[in-house]
Amino acid sequence: MFRQEIPRIDSKRRANFDPKRRQFAPEAHTLVEYPHRLNLYDSPPTSEITLEQFEQWAIDRLRILAELETCSFRNKTQTETITHLEPLLRKYLPLSSNSSSSSARPAERQKDHYSHFILRLAFSRTEDLRRRFAKLETSLFRMRFMQDDSRERASFVESLNLEWEAVGEEERAVLAKELIAAGGGYREDARWFKVEWERVPELVESRRVFLKGGKAYVPVREQLSLVVAEFSSQLERGLELTSRALPRLDEDDRLTPILNHLSTHFSTPAFASSTSSDALASSAISAATIPAIAQHFPLCMKHLQTTLATTHHLKHFGRLQYTLFLKGIGLSLDDAIQFWRQSFSSITDDRFNKDYRYNVRHAYGDVGGDANRRGRGYSPFSCQKILIEHHPNTGDAHGCPYRHFSVDNLTSLLQATGVTDRDVLKEVREDVGKSRYHIACNKVFEHTHKAEIKRAKDEEGWGAAELDTIVHPNTYFKRSYLLKNFGQAKAEEGPGDAMEIEGGN
Amino acid sequence: MPHPVSPEVSTPEQEDGGLPDASENEEGQQGDEVASAGEDQMDIESPPMPVVVKEEVRLDDMFDDDDDDDDDDEYGEFPESSVPEIKPEGAQDAPIVTAPSARYSDPEIMYAFYQRLFPFRYLFQWLNHSPSPTNDFGHREFAFTLQNDAYLRYQAFPTADLLRKEILRLNPSRFEIGPVYNTNPRDRKTLRKASHFRPVAKELVFDIDLTDYDEIRTCCDKANICRKCWTFVTMAIKVVDAALRDDFGFQHILWVYSGRRGAHAWVCDKRAREMDDPKRKAIAGYLEVVKGGAQSGKKVNVKRPLHPHLSRSLDILKDHFQSDILEVQDPWRDPTRSDRLLHLLPDRALNDSLRKKWDSSPLRPSTSKWADIDALAKAGASRSLDAKALLEAKQDVVLEYTYPRLDVEVSKKLIHLLKSPFVVHPGTGRVCVPIDPRRLEEFDPLSVPTVTELLGEIDQWGAVGTNGEVAAGDAGGGGEESKAGVARRVQDYEKTRLKPFVDYFKGFVVGLMRDEKGGVGVDGRKIKREKTEEEEDNGGEDRMEF
Ligand SMILES: [Zn+2]
Repeated sequence: MFRQEIPRIDSKRRANFDPKRRQFAPEAHTLVEYPHRLNLYDSPPTSEITLEQFEQWAIDRLRILAELETCSFRNKTQTETITHLEPLLRKYLPLSSNSSSSSARPAERQKDHYSHFILRLAFSRTEDLRRRFAKLETSLFRMRFMQDDSRERASFVESLNLEWEAVGEEERAVLAKELIAAGGGYREDARWFKVEWERVPELVESRRVFLKGGKAYVPVREQLSLVVAEFSSQLERGLELTSRALPRLDEDDRLTPILNHLSTHFSTPAFASSTSSDALASSAISAATIPAIAQHFPLCMKHLQTTLATTHHLKHFGRLQYTLFLKGIGLSLDDAIQFWRQSFSSITDDRFNKDYRYNVRHAYGDVGGDANRRGRGYSPFSCQKILIEHHPNTGDAHGCPYRHFSVDNLTSLLQATGVTDRDVLKEVREDVGKSRYHIACNKVFEHTHKAEIKRAKDEEGWGAAELDTIVHPNTYFKRSYLLKNFGQAKAEEGPGDAMEIEGGN
Repeated sequence: MPHPVSPEVSTPEQEDGGLPDASENEEGQQGDEVASAGEDQMDIESPPMPVVVKEEVRLDDMFDDDDDDDDDDEYGEFPESSVPEIKPEGAQDAPIVTAPSARYSDPEIMYAFYQRLFPFRYLFQWLNHSPSPTNDFGHREFAFTLQNDAYLRYQAFPTADLLRKEILRLNPSRFEIGPVYNTNPRDRKTLRKASHFRPVAKELVFDIDLTDYDEIRTCCDKANICRKCWTFVTMAIKVVDAALRDDFGFQHILWVYSGRRGAHAWVCDKRAREMDDPKRKAIAGYLEVVKGGAQSGKKVNVKRPLHPHLSRSLDILKDHFQSDILEVQDPWRDPTRSDRLLHLLPDRALNDSLRKKWDSSPLRPSTSKWADIDALAKAGASRSLDAKALLEAKQDVVLEYTYPRLDVEVSKKLIHLLKSPFVVHPGTGRVCVPIDPRRLEEFDPLSVPTVTELLGEIDQWGAVGTNGEVAAGDAGGGGEESKAGVARRVQDYEKTRLKPFVDYFKGFVVGLMRDEKGGVGVDGRKIKREKTEEEEDNGGEDRMEF
């Protein structure tokens, strides 16, 4: 689904993910067995997978981690996060329990195992990436641990052989009052472990354990914290080791681009791109209807449309950003040429044909080298690309208003498009102040589609998978369009794979 | 209130300005901005000014000074206030105004102080954890605030002597101590990647500031303090000190008067110094009980049964509540303030009868009002009274009025800087002396010596002619001579009221170095060894057993 952003590699060639030659295990052995659904990832994968699997598994896991990060940016509660993630996990990273009869179980566990280690490679390069990766993997682990079948969980914990000192009978009697008070009065606790308090900082922070002389007395029911702490400290150590082993991996010219790509796109959760399904094969989209359907555009494209309508011109990057966006929403090449011709109303046909027509055709892959034609032109820009590349200068209208506008100008622009709610504007200002541009944009989307989203959830059963964070202008359009035209557009969703592969640039 | 003291470490992700970075970076990022805003002029390697600036000090400047003292929050010192506190000298209503005096900011006074009184040697040993120089000291960041308010970060020195020389050369109005870095802070720019420069250790620190008590103290406000409200600091030290020792097992806790209206704690145990930010945050959270700003309703919301830390704290605090709060602060005498008390109580009917009673006798003292609660409850003012809920609400009130109000942000980050012990507070001229927690009740911030008084005491000592010694250098500088000489030479600090404080600090440092060298047994008991040179020097006196 996100393949177009990944460098194409001949999938027939095998990725040798045999760690023996690289950085991991001392010796090769055959297929790893997965007795438990949960995995501490203490032993690296050993068998070969295809390059295609290598990429795809990593991308699928990254998708999950990015959503987790977004949830935490948006201060979602644990329950909200689980609700949000559940459908995505089912889709991208399912993990059945032992009790399930799913025949996919071994494959699921292998994918979970391998994708974790591929991302370790990709994200061990800088301390910042390591820390974020560890944090998100820990959240994922915690979520899965909590949802695990209690018997399977117990057997998993047993298999870990963690060294926890049990609190003896005598000490327990002496400290009975304190232990119960620290446990919130919960009287069912019968067993406690004694660990260095540093191993359970979260229990300490919320005063859920008794502390004495630097030891934390942890009731067995707080096992989750202990296991999670163990998971995260093992992972941190592992990442540290991987980062030291990384230089040796650079020899492999097939893996390096993939890993680089994964890690650069992790600097934002927005590694996704417009996909075929973002184009609506709808007759509603033509040169004539653009101004009307612009109500569904994200702020960046609305601004381009407004600028174009008032000045009858856009500068180079503005044209490029907008042309590709329009291509992405399903505007045909002919319609696109017509649209631009009409919009550039102050110039002659000659000048248009000479200076601009070719560019539009090029963007659509109608002209240009073989690669461009084969790739059907450029892909519409993702938020990531718009945010980072081609910083706008004076007179430019492209870019992301959340990032490239002053706060005052952004506020005016939002107000001009009908966003006047003071709370929303305030939150937008805060998000922008913290460089969370896509969060701000998503908030505006949610605010302006509040009623429709509710209806879609109630009546159409939309869930997190349909309402995940928008990280591409074309997704913004499509979702807005679908929400406002329920029942009509949905059925028409066609294959129109206009921009499956990223072209030049 | 930002605490922006991060170095200008930025990752490529941040630089290319993509989408947001991880949330835990935010604070640091914001900090970077503030810090780097002044970076150009502040982060300079060579001094921008002559050693001594001769400047006429005018009244306006004095108040500027006072302002700056608050502003320095933005550069890294801990907030002694978030409110500018300009108070004309001699304001009638203030009990004791610790007003600035022109003389304290006189560069010559500061120079003399550093030259003759500042205990560089012990400061070095304290941070170095051993008599001979290590990276614990050499890679430690110092930050100087110069007399012209330029701020120099990332200073580092291999030895005590080099630190002393530079301080005498720059003659800063004060300086701060930051973390130990993985490399010499002066070399940070030569690293291939900025992200390779990172803090690795620092004492766990706490900041108690009386301005955080303004809504509950009635005697003073803002920068002003008196003995009455100092008891808030006393209570805070007792509670935090007990938790750090009993619960976390720390032993080397240095309490320091911040020079005006609060106190700092430096937890120096190796285990504390090596904690990462999440662990610091965990301790800060463990200790934080009073939450919410001025407008938030009930500020203490703790679950029952009370966690052992909280029941112990209540035990420590309840007597103080009776005397220092109810009697001395008398927080609810004023009818508008007693509404605040009613707001914290759960039973409506009881509140109605209390209000009625208090309306009929306005200005009824807080002690009586507090007693009225139980009296009316017993008399059956409310038929539906939940006695347990009332008791718990009263416990919460006690905590709200006595429990430490810590600026927890200060404690959460390894990278924060904190004003060094023994520097002079530019606003009050008082030296930031250590507070002995065993003699906590005796500590009186208003009789802490000022720099001018101390220098006067040196002069006086000479004038009286007690002895004919030559003035020695900085405190602790003459340790060796003292052993060699027949008549021990008297150090300058020993001629002044600074002596007990330096002696206490010396003892503290000896205890710390001993544990560092000998290690601490698993059960927290010190491992027996032979006495070190320092202990001999110290007369073998074991000052540090708490
Ligand atoms: Zn006072």
